[in-house]
Amino acid sequence: MSLQTETETKRSFNQIGTRPVRPDGIDKVTGRARFGADMEMPGMLHGLVLRSPHPHAKVKSIDISRAAKLAGVKAIVTRDDFKMPKDKDLVDICANIMARDKVLYDGHAVAAVAATTKAIAREALKRIKVEYEILPHVTDVDEAMKPGAPILHKGMRTGGMDTKPRKDSNVVKRYKFGHGDVEKGFKQADIVIERSFKTAATHQGYIEPHACLASIGPDGQGDLWVCTQGHYMVRNVCAGLLGLDVSQLRVTASEIGGGFGGKTTVFIEPLALALSRKANRPVKMVMSRDEVFRATGPTSSTSMDVKIGATKDGRITAAHAELRFQGGAFAGSPVSMGAMTAFACYDLKNVQSIGYDVVTNRPKQAAYRAPGAPMAAFAVESVIDELASKLGMDGLEFRILNAAGEGTKSSYGPTFGPIGLKTTLEKAKSHAHNKAKLGKNQGRGIACGFWFNFAGNTCVSLNLQLDGTIALSVGTPDIGGSRASMSLMAAEELGVPYDKVRTIVADTASLGYNDVTDGSRTTFAAGLATIEAARDAIGKMCGRAAKVWGIPADAVKWENGYAKPAGPNAGAFKPMSMAEIAAIAHKTGGPIAGHYEINADGAGVSFATHIVDSEVDPETGRVTILRYTVLQDAGKAIHPDYVEGQYQGGAVQGIGWAINEEYIYGEDGRLQNAGFLDYRIPVASDLPMIDTVILEIPNPGHPYGVRGVGETSIVPPLAAIANSVSNAAGVRLTELPMSPPKVLKAIGEHNRA
Amino acid sequence: MAKVILWGSLKKAVGGKTELELDVSDVRELLDALGERYPKLGPQLDAGVSVSIDGTMVRDNLFVAIKPDSEVYVLPRMAGG
Amino acid sequence: MSQIHVSTTINGDQAEFLCDADETLLDVLRDRLGLTGSKEGCGTGDCGACSVTVDGRLVCSCLMLGAEAEGREIGTIEGLANGDELHPLQTKFLEHAALQCGICTPGFLVAAKSLLEHNPKPTETEVRYWLAGNLCRCTGYDKIVRAVMDAAKEMRKA
Repeated sequence: MSLQTETETKRSFNQIGTRPVRPDGIDKVTGRARFGADMEMPGMLHGLVLRSPHPHAKVKSIDISRAAKLAGVKAIVTRDDFKMPKDKDLVDICANIMARDKVLYDGHAVAAVAATTKAIAREALKRIKVEYEILPHVTDVDEAMKPGAPILHKGMRTGGMDTKPRKDSNVVKRYKFGHGDVEKGFKQADIVIERSFKTAATHQGYIEPHACLASIGPDGQGDLWVCTQGHYMVRNVCAGLLGLDVSQLRVTASEIGGGFGGKTTVFIEPLALALSRKANRPVKMVMSRDEVFRATGPTSSTSMDVKIGATKDGRITAAHAELRFQGGAFAGSPVSMGAMTAFACYDLKNVQSIGYDVVTNRPKQAAYRAPGAPMAAFAVESVIDELASKLGMDGLEFRILNAAGEGTKSSYGPTFGPIGLKTTLEKAKSHAHNKAKLGKNQGRGIACGFWFNFAGNTCVSLNLQLDGTIALSVGTPDIGGSRASMSLMAAEELGVPYDKVRTIVADTASLGYNDVTDGSRTTFAAGLATIEAARDAIGKMCGRAAKVWGIPADAVKWENGYAKPAGPNAGAFKPMSMAEIAAIAHKTGGPIAGHYEINADGAGVSFATHIVDSEVDPETGRVTILRYTVLQDAGKAIHPDYVEGQYQGGAVQGIGWAINEEYIYGEDGRLQNAGFLDYRIPVASDLPMIDTVILEIPNPGHPYGVRGVGETSIVPPLAAIANSVSNAAGVRLTELPMSPPKVLKAIGEHNRA
Repeated sequence: MAKVILWGSLKKAVGGKTELELDVSDVRELLDALGERYPKLGPQLDAGVSVSIDGTMVRDNLFVAIKPDSEVYVLPRMAGG
Repeated sequence: MSQIHVSTTINGDQAEFLCDADETLLDVLRDRLGLTGSKEGCGTGDCGACSVTVDGRLVCSCLMLGAEAEGREIGTIEGLANGDELHPLQTKFLEHAALQCGICTPGFLVAAKSLLEHNPKPTETEVRYWLAGNLCRCTGYDKIVRAVMDAAKEMRKA
């Protein structure tokens, strides 16, 4: 057999790049697709969670006796039902899913109930008496860092400092990245701009609330149906929290109604399992939207200082950023990634970024699409824009002059391979949008963005069925059309029509471990594994044909869905189709399947440039987005519709973040806008069409050149829109969201000054 | 000897310098060498790191080769959305 | 508390159910009648994922009581296709890749069908305002708006 195993970045494709209908399409337009809350089991109970109304309080006692007496209540769990795990990775998760000695945020779970009906469960929650001792709280990142701020965790000392801290602090850790000598660099600059920025916490805003259905017996054998970005992660974490053998818990990923990073951890899943074990009946739990806002997600709110210097001819000489991210009640804000990505778009001799991970009395942040990067890019790209305009240079020209390219030592360390940033900038320059005229009160903004993209653990199984069609099992939940992409890659590699492949997301018992669908990794890593599994199957099919023909296996090649003699010397045999090989598989050695397991690396980084026009109403401060263009490197677009969809979706989440969305806390430390009415995500009438330009600078780490596309698209919008609004309003906006009151205030202050 | 660069916050744990020359041929040897020579790195290594070898990001995989002229960056463990 | 007996029509079929006085139509559809195509995204009428029609009028089924369905004609996503023949909106949503995760899709389809019944030739702006009560977090609405416009065009030809 002869297989191409080298990187085939220049290869021509038959099916990759086409736009077939997704395999789960019909189910999703007819209402048949089963999401987290769409499952039932016989004898099923309904579970609900009692949550703290206080942002910070000691939980002195929990009295469940009156609730337990209510007819129909079958199980109640509290902190007493969860032993603190030994695994240090699970400690914070354990304390987050169910408060221990203290509640740390408004919405923190304190008890959960399973009852025969939702109404009884609701009544039971009212009967649980929790005695709190209220403590002072802090929800703002800068306030939380001040000496004298209420301390969330006794014994927490800041890590990564030059001298060992002697006092407890809400600052978990300091991160530092960079190279060169920034002091020296700033001295070489003709112009230096330094600005401070703030961004509000925003929620991932998936339309499907968290939901699961748990069924587990006293023997520790169980099943869990759940909407998640990673059912293997859910299995491992829940098994750890409940003290189960990992193999005894089978987790099935439902269809998932959006995740954006927010479904990469657990909340109600271990509670449902614990209730089910206690009641010995299936328990279904579905969060309300109020709970989703108060107790899951959001991303960090931030406070940032950025300083950049450049020479008169437009060369950046030094760049410095200090980022302060609060990540809610537990360690782990994405500030390290914010600090690593902040200056990744630029080729810099002297660069330093410092990040502080801070805890506050808010829900523990969860990953949100390119975690940490959009905020850092907002601050950096705002200063870049101002520098360019002070230098009298075009923003795109200034960026092109300083852009990172192949061979650039990145601001976070590693040297870049082939990357597409300059291509996105050049294409932006020549794009019609960049040349379009603007009217009164209108402004144009541009910004660049970067994301690493991940790879990771992946396991794929591809089974040849007796009729020659293919069943492909992957272990990465499909959050945006990945089954279509996997089917395309398998079909391309095998040389069969797309509709001869059916891709499913298999449960945790059916495949080896798969990392979470996160970090824009799925089309890259599961795609790579799919291609390799197809090649594995092709090798076996060639072997069967060779047996039938009585020639050596390496004298058979695979071409367009057929095993063929590799050359004239191999003999004159009629090519065998997959269907023919499949039909006689049982007579030639048994079933045929291809497998691939890998901890993949080589996910190529990606870059984007966005152009946006906005109009500011000087009377009301309202911002309207008029036109939006995304230019992004996809490496290779497997299914361009869904690549465009990622570009458009990222841009629009960014629009919401930039102009509307924010977590608003009152003086009492309670979230004031825990609903879609007051936490307003963009709606159709707020928006124009989102134009997209897919660029393809192949990633040498993937057989087809794929780079992740999901996250980079949300990195530039905050900055691009801030630049656009600042140009339209005639005053620099440094705080998100740029809601009408903030824009009006900025205009007012500017006019007075 | 591969050039190994640690991210800034680890400077103190490795005695003030962040750039090391290490004779290692794969990720396992790298992590072992760091742990043995600089015990103060222990907690960070336990917490998990990402390693970039000549620009390619590697996570957990111990047997990825490091060449004598490789440029290796040790970075915090990353999570995505 | 005794339950209320309700007789209604759902997607053209006679239906009867018992429900509690405080149960929403959405709860009844999902939990009592097995029609889980209508989704609960918020429970407060803000997201439109539970959109149904009641006597031809577009409503959020999470804002209506099950008991109020008495004598009405309810239309849900499950009634959109005619047997194995998809509604043009469904076909166009698939062709235009107007869904990513798909949780909002039933609500959008029900709302869009209602729009085209009221206005067979909507402008882009009219489509955007009619669908402003339906939240989608994945697509940025671009492909959804295109799919609805295209379906309208196709339906005018028919």
